[in-house]
Amino acid sequence: MKIHEYQAKALLAHHGVPVPRGEVAFTVEEADAAARRIGGSVVVKAQIHAGGRGKGGGVKVAKDAAEAAAHAEKILGMRLVTHQTGPEGRIVQRLLIEETLPVARELYLGITLDRSRGRNVFMASPAGGMDIEEVAARDPGLILKETLIPGAPLAAFQARKLAFGIGVPAASVNAAVAAMTALVKAYGALDASLAEINPFVVTTDGRIVALDAKINLDDNALFRHKDLLELRDLNEEDPLEVDASRHGLNYIKLDGNVGCMVNGAGLAMATMDIIKHAGGLPANFLDVGGGASADQVKNAFRILLSDASVKAVLINIFGGILRCDTLATGVVAAARDLGITVPVVVRMEGTNVEQGREILTDSGLNFALAEGMRDAAEKVVRLARS
Amino acid sequence: MSILVGRNTRLLVQGFTGREATFHSQQSIAYGTTIVGGVVPGKGGRKHLELPVFDTVDRAVRETGANASVIFVPPAFAADAILEAADAGLPLVVCITEGIPAADMVKAWNFLSARRTRLIGPNCPGIISPGQAKIGIMPGHIHKEGHVGVVSRSGTLTYEAVGQLSRLGIGQSTCIGIGGDPIIGTTFIDAVRLFNEDAETRAIVMIGEIGGDAEEQAAAYIDKHVRKPVVGFIAGQTAPPGRRMGHAGAIISGGSGKASDKIAAMKAAGVHVCESPAEIGEKVQTCL
Repeated sequence: MKIHEYQAKALLAHHGVPVPRGEVAFTVEEADAAARRIGGSVVVKAQIHAGGRGKGGGVKVAKDAAEAAAHAEKILGMRLVTHQTGPEGRIVQRLLIEETLPVARELYLGITLDRSRGRNVFMASPAGGMDIEEVAARDPGLILKETLIPGAPLAAFQARKLAFGIGVPAASVNAAVAAMTALVKAYGALDASLAEINPFVVTTDGRIVALDAKINLDDNALFRHKDLLELRDLNEEDPLEVDASRHGLNYIKLDGNVGCMVNGAGLAMATMDIIKHAGGLPANFLDVGGGASADQVKNAFRILLSDASVKAVLINIFGGILRCDTLATGVVAAARDLGITVPVVVRMEGTNVEQGREILTDSGLNFALAEGMRDAAEKVVRLARS
Repeated sequence: MSILVGRNTRLLVQGFTGREATFHSQQSIAYGTTIVGGVVPGKGGRKHLELPVFDTVDRAVRETGANASVIFVPPAFAADAILEAADAGLPLVVCITEGIPAADMVKAWNFLSARRTRLIGPNCPGIISPGQAKIGIMPGHIHKEGHVGVVSRSGTLTYEAVGQLSRLGIGQSTCIGIGGDPIIGTTFIDAVRLFNEDAETRAIVMIGEIGGDAEEQAAAYIDKHVRKPVVGFIAGQTAPPGRRMGHAGAIISGGSGKASDKIAAMKAAGVHVCESPAEIGEKVQTCL
């Protein structure tokens, strides 16, 4: 789960990471009031779940509250497009109003999972304020790494190695070590899958501050963090994806016109791939889970078809243990209930395949049966074109 | 004819009395797997499916001589179940559970790294040696005894590949689903090495997907050590970056984990990479 910068900063501050004084604002009035309370020059930052906000015009410095209100007026409600939002961008609905700081140095800190080592890794770089992925690609030597010992805090020597390694001035090293240790503590306490401070700044007067913050939470661990669930912002998610997740479906909208409904994530990806291979474009990723119950099939259909660009649907179910007659009954019922008019290609494997086929054929509905994935993909791509 | 599981496997089921565990235990028994009992804390002394239930894995191992376990325990408790199985000294633990917190798996992974227990999974369909034993949730009937080793991060996509092989009359030595999570016990390299060393396995099918670099690492291993034909497929060639495609581990992040990089690494290592998932069976046929 992704959260906003202001939420991430509040969580980090709670664990002892120094952050700028700031307040969230949902309206121009709130932005104005926040800027007055903070006093002096402030920065107005659009809060969306994507990076690159500055380049897109979503971050503005104001010399006083009046100017902050003027910036807020422009940014609130704007469609902010960044390299991470896609061309459709995001509507800005929240702002973070923050004090400005005299920055001497911009550094980078991050923690994430090292999959191949089965441990978390702490990364630090002197090249802060830039896209860290570009830094990694261009000059990997600029990223220092320390592997975290499971269940233990960041060792002081590790923090010192990193702090000196990225050029924190000697007078600020103790503060940097404390901030790094606090970051590790927060990462563990929150069950985060990513925690990033970019830039991590040293001010001209030697203070250490997290000027920006990004935290992703491990979805699998949310069951033990009920308080963090409240931080979810549904405005940042595709409404269809939210709807799907409520029904235990894993749905991701894509740009093509061939809807697909598949059981299992790997097979769902492979189905998208074979649609492309057959000359079409998938409209979505959709995993209905191993069981593909009648209820799930119906919800899946409803969600697939609320995407107007879908011209044909491919159902690819490798049941094995799942009975195809049960599946077919569910598909027919859903198609009738929802009054489905687009052509549907069904490919299924499992027990009672023959009965399943009969049920589909006898339904009088617009089903095409397929033998294997290749046949299914070719058929559905042809139907989507016609 | 197989690796890791076979006729000598004596299996324990952790979380034995649950609905899924019960159903799949029945399927495994029907397939010919020797299940010697189960473990459910607080239900020790009872019988389930006419087999003994124990409170702890330790006790169950001592009383039954089990040499493997399969875990059907809810995500909140599954990592602990892995620790318990490893602590009891079981050489093979298969964890089916999906949705285990990554932090729990970091602990389990490090606990296991100091022990001899091999973990398969989590978030996987399990492992089957056709005609001998089936541990997990895969449909037994689509498999066929033979000489192709299959290793995959996926569940149903593995069934798809196995289905294609069996229809062409090509049997499998062992099929392993290593799981779709970012942290898993047995990796592609481990499975490929075991198949490479197994005299009865003549070809290997490796089905990867986007996310991480385990396929690239396996490709480097194959390049160096494997002379048996390897057929590969990578799912997610059309997946958008930054989105988690169902599996917790299936995500292209920070420019890494892309299908194109994996395919390039595998091709450079001499792997016969299928462009389409419908070609897996045919490709194996031409290699044998």
